[in-house]
Amino acid sequence: MTEIRNYTMNFGPQHPAAHGVLRLVMELDGEVIQRIDPHIGLLHRATEKLAESKPYNQSIGYMDRLDYVSMMCNEHAYVRAIERLAGIEAPIRAQYIRTMFDEITRVLNHLLWLGTHALDIGAMTVFLYCFREREDLFDCYEAVSGARMHATYYRPGGVYRDLPDSMPKYQPSKWHDQKDVARLNSNREGSLLDFIWDFTERFPGYVDEYETLLTDNRIWKQRTVGIGVVSPERALALGFTGAMLRGSGVEWDLRKKQPYAMYDRVDFDIPVGLNGDCYDRYLVRIEEMRQSNRIIRQCVEWLRRNAGPVMVDNRKIAPPRREEMKADMESLIHHFKLFTEGYCLPAGEVYAAVEAPKGEFGIYMVSDGANKPYRVKIRAPGFAHLSSLDEMCRGHMIADLVAVIGTQDIVFGEVDR
Amino acid sequence: MTEALQAVAAQAADKLGASITAVTLSRGELTLEIKREDIAKVCRVLRDDPVFGFEQLIDVCGVDYSTYGTESDDGARAGSRFAAIYHLLSIKHNRRLRLRAYLDDEMPRIDSVYEIWASANWFEREAFDLFGIIFEGHPDLRRILTDYGFIGHPFRKDFPLIGHVEMRYDESKRRVVYQPVTIEPRVQVPRVVRDEGFARD
Repeated sequence: MTEIRNYTMNFGPQHPAAHGVLRLVMELDGEVIQRIDPHIGLLHRATEKLAESKPYNQSIGYMDRLDYVSMMCNEHAYVRAIERLAGIEAPIRAQYIRTMFDEITRVLNHLLWLGTHALDIGAMTVFLYCFREREDLFDCYEAVSGARMHATYYRPGGVYRDLPDSMPKYQPSKWHDQKDVARLNSNREGSLLDFIWDFTERFPGYVDEYETLLTDNRIWKQRTVGIGVVSPERALALGFTGAMLRGSGVEWDLRKKQPYAMYDRVDFDIPVGLNGDCYDRYLVRIEEMRQSNRIIRQCVEWLRRNAGPVMVDNRKIAPPRREEMKADMESLIHHFKLFTEGYCLPAGEVYAAVEAPKGEFGIYMVSDGANKPYRVKIRAPGFAHLSSLDEMCRGHMIADLVAVIGTQDIVFGEVDR
Repeated sequence: MTEALQAVAAQAADKLGASITAVTLSRGELTLEIKREDIAKVCRVLRDDPVFGFEQLIDVCGVDYSTYGTESDDGARAGSRFAAIYHLLSIKHNRRLRLRAYLDDEMPRIDSVYEIWASANWFEREAFDLFGIIFEGHPDLRRILTDYGFIGHPFRKDFPLIGHVEMRYDESKRRVVYQPVTIEPRVQVPRVVRDEGFARD
């Protein structure tokens, strides 16, 4: 009788299915996983320590780079922490803009998740479809902030600027003649809100397309149903939040339960799974995209009807307008102080959380009264989710590991920070 | 919200009074300061007692208070250097709670709450890695975010932002080597504390 011993195998850190830089040390019995030890930190940039050495506003850009597929939601948590420490509130129009862009971000994130998750499991087409829609949403990011991903658009006290009245347009080139360009620009003739509205008209049809490809697909179901099952009790103990928690059947969504921005003024539902497996989490996220579409439409309608300021009128936090600076000495001083020294926040501590696409993204901020935070702790949902990888994968095959990593929606920017 | 938290504070004082050293309610958030030795006991009650019902441990982190307020008029703050901060969430009651336990300066250690909430596993490893806080009873207290063989605890305030070592590829040895950092530390914006009324009038 020969002795059978377990294999110990390395996975990653440079593996396409590892969604970045995840290194796993796996103990295998044949093809069955006995134990997984994830090694993380390969993308650790000490964002929290960097934030301690910079004035408050200079760290907003770092937040984009944490979870680099849901940029504005991270910014939202950070500016909300500052606003709560300072005791200010953004104007209502800014709050609606934030709500709208949070949901655009959620769609962006879920599209990337769906595309890569399907690609990992072996479906190519979904990936191409998802990235087609992401382009339109990146155009929205670009129109408001000038950057297609790392926007730095939210600011303490509001948003950087109001929504633009026109969309950037394609120009004729040697690849696109006048007729092509006219077709590409057909939904860009109006304002940004018109462009977003046009997108929300089309988007439910796109989600139907994804569902046609996947929801009743036999291979998709074989790869996801009953894989990585987490009971509601374990999901709570493991610190799951967001779609991971709702997939296990716990009705919990910060947008409903602890509303921030304008989530208490818009109408939407939160989908909840039943079995807590990869398939349920897939269904939850698909439905979340449809609900996000609903929220975006309500925000667009409100924003079309109501004009107003998008930044607080408080020169200690928000910079003055350029024109004012040219004529007014006081404004010039304020501008100079804000951009050289920043602003001081009262001593204290605050924890601000938002429902980011991946789960609860929180910022714990301690201030000692200085112009820089004393301590910033970023509570990233992916960190808690990835820590359960061992428990979720035990007894599954290696191929299922890929499905579980996909369903956890891991992004290393936020796991490693 | 605040009334509900006041009720929680009252119940906590009633049931855990001996372990709580201070209660703060500010900005709609309740903070309990817990004696270091009692953390596991307190957490068990907070999770299991239905009047508290904190099913989720959202976050554990360390804080190094050694330079807290050094720029302010009052000067640096007295008291313990390290603290462990716990953020709890009750889904049943829709409430949050923050616990803080001050630790010894020389050897910061505290009991692990891994047995109570499994999510503490990596959060405690992270606090150990970055601040050197020892969580006693943790099953696998290894470094998590820093490199293999890293020396020091980088988020302590006496650890420089630029670090101690840097990495480069050595052509002759044909591998990556560590060497002392070659960049200079620099501060673009100095840290200042302005009082509330600064430049108001």
